[in-house]
Amino acid sequence: MKNIVKSFPGVKALKGVSLVLREGEVLGLIGENGAGKSTLIKVLGGAHLPDSGEVSIEGRTVSLRSPAISQSERIAIIHQAISLAPNLTARENLYLGKEETRRGFLDHRGEETRARELFERLGMDIDLKARCRELTVAEQQTVEIARALASDARIIVMDEPTAALSQQEVDKLIAIIGDLRKQGIAIIYISHRLEEVLALADRITVLRDGETVAEESEMAGLSKDQLIEWMVGRPLNEEFPKRDSAIGPVRLKVEGLSRGQAVQDVSFELRAGEVLGIAGLVGSGRTETARLLFGADKADSGRVFLDGKAIEMGRPREAIERGICLLTEDRKDQGLILIHSARENFGLPNLKAFVRNFFVDQGQEQTAFEAYVGSLNIKVSGPSQRAGNLSGGNQQKVVLAKWLQRNADILIFDEPTRGIDVGAKYEIYLLINQLVAEGKSVLLISSELPEVIGMSDRIIVMRSGRIQGEVERGQSATQEQLLGMALDSEE
Amino acid sequence: MSMKSLSFPKIRLGDYGMAVALVALCALFSVLTLKRQSGEGPQAVSEMVDVVMHQIPSTLTIFIVGAANTGSAELAESVYSKVRANGLVNARMVVGSPRDLRLALDALATEGGQLGGVVTSGDAAKWLVLDQIGVNYPAFADSRIATPSERLWPDFLKASNLLAIVERIVVIAIIAIGMTLVIITAGIDLSVGSLIALSAVISASVVKLLGGPDASGWAVALGFFAGIVSCGLIGLMAGGIVSRFKVAAFIVTLGIMMMARGLAFMTTGGFSIDQVPDSFVWLAQGRLAGVPNTVILLVLIYGFAHVFMTHTRYGRYIYAVGGNAEAARLTGVPVRAVIAFVYAVSGLAAGLGGCLQASLVRAAAPNMANMYELYVIAAVVVGGTSLSGGSGRVLGTLIGAFIIAVIQNGMNLLGIQSYTQMFTLGGVIVLAVLLDKARQSGGIRQFLSGS
Repeated sequence: MKNIVKSFPGVKALKGVSLVLREGEVLGLIGENGAGKSTLIKVLGGAHLPDSGEVSIEGRTVSLRSPAISQSERIAIIHQAISLAPNLTARENLYLGKEETRRGFLDHRGEETRARELFERLGMDIDLKARCRELTVAEQQTVEIARALASDARIIVMDEPTAALSQQEVDKLIAIIGDLRKQGIAIIYISHRLEEVLALADRITVLRDGETVAEESEMAGLSKDQLIEWMVGRPLNEEFPKRDSAIGPVRLKVEGLSRGQAVQDVSFELRAGEVLGIAGLVGSGRTETARLLFGADKADSGRVFLDGKAIEMGRPREAIERGICLLTEDRKDQGLILIHSARENFGLPNLKAFVRNFFVDQGQEQTAFEAYVGSLNIKVSGPSQRAGNLSGGNQQKVVLAKWLQRNADILIFDEPTRGIDVGAKYEIYLLINQLVAEGKSVLLISSELPEVIGMSDRIIVMRSGRIQGEVERGQSATQEQLLGMALDSEE
Repeated sequence: MSMKSLSFPKIRLGDYGMAVALVALCALFSVLTLKRQSGEGPQAVSEMVDVVMHQIPSTLTIFIVGAANTGSAELAESVYSKVRANGLVNARMVVGSPRDLRLALDALATEGGQLGGVVTSGDAAKWLVLDQIGVNYPAFADSRIATPSERLWPDFLKASNLLAIVERIVVIAIIAIGMTLVIITAGIDLSVGSLIALSAVISASVVKLLGGPDASGWAVALGFFAGIVSCGLIGLMAGGIVSRFKVAAFIVTLGIMMMARGLAFMTTGGFSIDQVPDSFVWLAQGRLAGVPNTVILLVLIYGFAHVFMTHTRYGRYIYAVGGNAEAARLTGVPVRAVIAFVYAVSGLAAGLGGCLQASLVRAAAPNMANMYELYVIAAVVVGGTSLSGGSGRVLGTLIGAFIIAVIQNGMNLLGIQSYTQMFTLGGVIVLAVLLDKARQSGGIRQFLSGS
């Protein structure tokens, strides 16, 4: 790809990016959100036509005018959001759009044999008859990779493939990528998890503001700090900001919380001014516990006390009323209304406070929002900017602003930094510190162990819906220790 | 981005592109129906009064002529009352048919009176009797025939035609408000057409029970109330089923559409009801302070709905539920209540629409308003509300309804066949939605390139 330029109304997303990819190598493509990675990938996938610049494959200039043409050039893109048809089986998804036929009829048996071979090659045992929505995220990802292989791709682009995976699953994926590389397939690997990129990539290209700022093929001796410096354009001092905790009385006490298999007999306490981390693999019941506390789901049994008084876990509305607020794992589907403006999203839970004589005082709503735009450093082009057009970090800040305006003092952060770039991550950490300094309580759920360790005063580890262990304040937790608790020791 | 640059969202012209389309359509039909019109209105009246008072000797008899039930009769009556008030005694008013005029002329000739002139307008001015006065009544050969000066004016923009447009669309426009709310929550309500019929037959049945043609105004009010409330309750039930059991709104309201139509037939035994008093038609055909009730209703209800949707908490909740129901729920929005509410509003609006329809046609039939739900949905969609929910404007819907009505009316004036009309209207709906999509995606070119 040479000198690719692509403009959107009002933005020049790519200002002449060049990128070289060789057979059988893994190219790490990194950059902050908005640096132009997605746009570049969409050009490669045929979803966007560049304004200028050219793409050539094996010396031949190609015009990737549509996704179909891109596929016929044997380019496969695996997007961050899984794009399988949820109600079709793994096999059907694998051959979707390129079904194999015998005498005009679908050749189920042939497809199945080949599918089995593919998954064997990937070292994954996947139930070919299961509908895709019943598979785990890691399994779905494998199906996507298999689909790329089934179409005989020679270039595979993976956009944040590990964002939703647990450490164990990540290791498996890394092994698969190693195999693909040996088979001569070229891979572009995009990730915010810089350790992974360092471990995997043969070469690295860094984008910033639509330009290539660094290309590095000497991987040995390359540090994470160096990558971050390239990405943000300045050195970053510390990954997790320090704070002096002033931990107060118990605010929230949970006793024997249970819901089916997902959450079983979970008990813990959360104090004022404390960050309580919950570690565990995906599916260990962390998110489910948070949803029960917030009233998003109904608990089978268990009791919750707020400031010593038993409270009923009813609906989200009641939890919000009590100051318990959830920043959901999935901002796009659960946290925000993407087609509405940032201000409207901010105002939604707070409308009662802005009502004067039955009418919503939009001027007051606006003023309140502007105050948060300032204090949380939210980057919006204007109050009517759609939430869907904000970057991940700013979306998270809008969600936080709406709860802070609602006087939330028990905040449940579920994967607060997933898919958010390094600079914005740091800001979220600073905000969490600021919240607990004000005496608020934070429940921090995260798959990134360094984050849980770096940010929490105390950590509980969940496995299969149960609390498996707790690391008290003062003991310095290590990743190995937490991982040991999170993984089933009997396995 | 600095704080200062944050400001209220401005209304962009593009947001109301359909309003521009509506104005363009009106302009088009105005040009196409431009005609020489005989004068009417206060100007014409004073012109004629002047002729009668000053240009014709007051000793002679003057006929002031109008054709029954037309503008010329109104004009004749105004002119007559004015000149009588000015003390002229020799004026005679003839309002009726050409035969009435001939009889009046015969009478005058028999009396041996002198005809100074005939003042007339509109349809009456074209009567053959007038042309042949000199032939048939030689004594009156010198009399002058005066008509108001003609002017160039489109049929489309005549007050009577504009009122006809309003009457044509008022039912659909009012129901479309409820439908807009439902569609903003990403739902659909197919039952409104049947609810029109149900509301109409319920209100007419109540009126029939309470005295039929002799029923009091209170009985009529009670009938309308019964029709509206029953439809509101049915809507509430539909909304309850949709929100509580998460059944697709399409299916629930399809079922209710059939049930309501069945109920309407069961209520009347299949017959239509027309034993209603004059007060029954006041709702849709009467006037308050000179303004037609239909216009007043449209302005009031649309004004209320617009403010409700843009300036109240509940309006914002409706948009939130349509934008992302799960995110709204997790933000504390009472999603179920909101959904039940919008279907109840849709039912109430359909109920009111039914009463209006019955009042317009002075009868209630169980098979009335067939397929109206589709016109209502078309009005909402042409007005720019997205079927995928979360966005849309009540005032856009009003514009959408008027676009449909204006197209139908304009084609009627041009004498286009009804089959051709149906074909054209369908095409316009598809085109309108395509244009709206193009506007959203930032221009025709981007839209056509498919990105």
